[in-house]
Amino acid sequence: MIPLSWYLLVAALLFSIGLYGVMARRNAVAILMSVELMLNAVNINLIAFWRYGSVLSPATDTPTTGWAWAIFVLTVAAAEAAVGLALIISVYRRRDSVIAEELDLLKN
Amino acid sequence: MTLEQVIFILVSFLTLGTGIVVVTNRNLFHAALAMMASFLGVAGLYILLDAGFLAAAQLLVYIGAISILIIFAIMLTRRMMQAREASFNSQSGLGLFTAVATFALLAAVIGQFWWGVDAFNGRPDVPDTVLQNTVSSLGKAFVSPEAYVVPFIVASVLLLAALIGAIYVAWPTVHAEDEA
Repeated sequence: MIPLSWYLLVAALLFSIGLYGVMARRNAVAILMSVELMLNAVNINLIAFWRYGSVLSPATDTPTTGWAWAIFVLTVAAAEAAVGLALIISVYRRRDSVIAEELDLLKN
Repeated sequence: MTLEQVIFILVSFLTLGTGIVVVTNRNLFHAALAMMASFLGVAGLYILLDAGFLAAAQLLVYIGAISILIIFAIMLTRRMMQAREASFNSQSGLGLFTAVATFALLAAVIGQFWWGVDAFNGRPDVPDTVLQNTVSSLGKAFVSPEAYVVPFIVASVLLLAALIGAIYVAWPTVHAEDEA
C-alpha cells in the first residue's frame, strides 16, 4: 500500500530539482531539460490524484480528467521542446553561443 | 514493507537521482542521458498508478521524441559537448535557496492535507474492468462535445503552429537576409 503523499512528495522533489536547474544553469538547453523535469513532476501529481481520487467520485463513471490533462501537458511539452530548440539553434547561428546570460539582444 | 513499496522507492530513487544528475552534470550529453533515465522512472510511477497507456505515451513522446530532439540540439551547437565553462550562473545559491523553499512549502502543504489520511493510505479498489476501460472512455471524452473536443482541437492547432513556427525560426535563409 503506497500512500498518496509519497507520490506527492516525489513529485514535489522532482519539481524543486527542475526549478533549481531552471534558475541556476547557464546553458539554454540545460534550462529546457529542467523545464521538462518540472512538467513531468506535474504529470505525476495529476495521475496520482486521478488514481486516488476515485475514492471520492464513484467508480461507475470512469473519471478521465486526470488523464486528459496529463495528455495535454504532454502535448504542450512536445510543442514547447520543438519551438525552444528551434529558437536555440537560431540564436546559436546569430550569436555563436547558447549561454542564457550572453543573450542580451534586447538590452540596448 | 511490501514489495510494491520497495518497487516504488527504487523507481523514485531512479527518477530523483537521475534528475539531480540532469541539473548538476557539467557534460550536457550525460545530462540528457540522465534525463532519459528520469523519464523512464516517471513511466514506472505511471505503471504503479495503473496508468499503463500514459506510461507507453511517456516512453514514446518523452524518451522517443523529446530526448532525441534535445540530443540533436546538443550536438548541433558547438562547445556544448565539452564542459570547459562554468555550468552554473552567479545566482545558483539563490536558485538553490528558492528550490529548497519551494519544496519546504509543498511538503508543508502535503503534510497538512494528505499525510496519514486514512482515505489516501492506499489506492482505492476499483474494478479491473473500469481501469481497462479508461483508455476507451478517454478516447470518447476527447471527441465528445460535452468533454474535451475543443481543447483537443486547440491542442492539434498548437502542435501544427509549433511545427511550422519551429521550421520558420530555424530556417537558415530567413535570418541571413536580416543581417545583410
